[in-house]
Amino acid sequence: MKYALFTGCVAKGAGRELLTATMIVADKLGIELIDMKDASCCGAGVVHEDNPRLADAINMRTFSLAEEQGLDIITICGTCQGVMRRVQIRCEQKPDYMKEVNAELKKDTGREYQGKVKVKHLYEVIAEEYGFDKLAEKVTKKLTGLKVGPYYGCYALRPHESSDVSVPDRPEMLEKAIEAVGATVVKWESMQKCCGFPILMPNKTNSLALAGNVLNGAVEEGADCLVTPCPLCHLNLDSYQPEIDSLKAEIPVLHYPQMLALALGASPSQLNLDSHIVQAAKIMESVKA
Amino acid sequence: MAVKFVIQRFDSEKDSAPRMEEFNLEIPKGATLLDCINLIKWEQDGTLTLRMSCRSAICGSCAMRVNGHARLACKTQAVDVVTDNKVVIAPLGNFPVIKDLVVDLEPFWASLERIDPWLKPNESVKWERERLQTHDDEKLIDDASTCILCASCYSDCNVMEVDKNYMGPATLAKAQRFVFDTRDVKTKERLDQLNELTGIWDCTHCAECSTRCPTDTKPLARITELKARSMEHGYSNSAGSRHVLAFRESIPGKYPGTGGGLINENYIPPRSLGFFNIPALIGILPVGIRMMIRGKMPPLLPHTIEKFDEIKRMFGRFKEYLK
Repeated sequence: MKYALFTGCVAKGAGRELLTATMIVADKLGIELIDMKDASCCGAGVVHEDNPRLADAINMRTFSLAEEQGLDIITICGTCQGVMRRVQIRCEQKPDYMKEVNAELKKDTGREYQGKVKVKHLYEVIAEEYGFDKLAEKVTKKLTGLKVGPYYGCYALRPHESSDVSVPDRPEMLEKAIEAVGATVVKWESMQKCCGFPILMPNKTNSLALAGNVLNGAVEEGADCLVTPCPLCHLNLDSYQPEIDSLKAEIPVLHYPQMLALALGASPSQLNLDSHIVQAAKIMESVKA
Repeated sequence: MAVKFVIQRFDSEKDSAPRMEEFNLEIPKGATLLDCINLIKWEQDGTLTLRMSCRSAICGSCAMRVNGHARLACKTQAVDVVTDNKVVIAPLGNFPVIKDLVVDLEPFWASLERIDPWLKPNESVKWERERLQTHDDEKLIDDASTCILCASCYSDCNVMEVDKNYMGPATLAKAQRFVFDTRDVKTKERLDQLNELTGIWDCTHCAECSTRCPTDTKPLARITELKARSMEHGYSNSAGSRHVLAFRESIPGKYPGTGGGLINENYIPPRSLGFFNIPALIGILPVGIRMMIRGKMPPLLPHTIEKFDEIKRMFGRFKEYLK
């Protein structure tokens, strides 16, 4: 298995521990990842609020880079994946539009997107291509007894801004991964609510209230930690916990590949778990020997 | 199919808290959820209270929460929402409940009234007949015009849960319908209002509204259009609009050190909050210090991608892409 790795900005910035864990997981599972060194930011949905065609074009440029490599794209950021998926849906549904944007893209870069590349998040690749059985076979440190709350993030749950593809249609990709590594799934009422990250700048009060709703629900259900495929959700849910007044108790938040890496034998220190604001290494105390 | 309908009951004049009541019903072939609730009301408990009218997904009266999410009961085939032989029905969220499935929609109407939801044309022009539009002009407001005011979006809006002053998705979608109406002349006044707190920039794009919307209104898509239109008009008076500018500047590295194809995460917060907005900057200090202590600070110099010049050229032709 070989993919072009689209890290996104956070995994090379404030969330470098995410990239570390990803490379460990890829190595242990035998997935070859080629870093897309010339891929740009996906725009995080923000550039789409400014100049939708330019936002689509920068992503189509990224897709064309993968086409050049002859590889599909793997992402490790829920937001990047959601943004890129929306671009792909627009291209599929509106071929004339895709042609128009391609013409602009070609003027600036000489590139064109052919419509051939697939974009999947690591958790989707594990679910749809690698397989949970095979993952379970590779586990050397079962996370037995650890109660994990799966937190997908909005882009994964509700991938379209203009259609009604809804949550129940999606298979339980995080839940099954949690079970494959031997941990226990905890579900709670607010698990599908927004973490609030997108409005952290314009309205911090509302943003942290949203984060508090998500975290408190998981705490009340007795989760030891959350796991998320989105590093932006991770930023709000982990880094801001000390500022959430309504928070009932601290709860560590793992990046998705960190959970896999722990079960594949990586140590908390290899994974820089102490770089989290809420200390995550202590969750290993809940794992039964 | 014999199914258990678990329905939330509550009478605001008598009860202190809602309770869940179970009804067993054989779902007739082809029955909508509304048909089933009516059967329960007619045959098992006449006091079960709900709003309904057209049975054709036009009036918007029968919106309710089904298995936790807002839907129109008349537009839902009952068998499609049965899980584990059960359907859970509750009133819309984010509203006070009057009785059973009937909520007090007053906050919804009050929010809608805030944006003057009617056309404000140039009154000095004498129109011979109606105020006509071209088909292309009409297309700009076509989707938002399909809103049936069912309040499903308001019910499931995540921001509304934490801030009742937020305008909400239906109101913002309705605002798009007038901002983009080529006959309306109050665009600036409307955009001024939408760019204030409680307006477009308070939307957290969780997409619940669009996912639950039973029409083509799809509020999130309309809110995104309003944001883009605001940026075209040069708004920069909110942290939301400046956040957009921060990305516009950071990705192509408009100023030295601000970005290199990927964003420089150190640039985004102060640019969004305002470089001279001292109280807000002090407000982000604690998280900055926490991240620094944990070694999570992004590198000071931005990560620069290979072939960065391509991205610079694309952002250099920003206006051409807008066309």
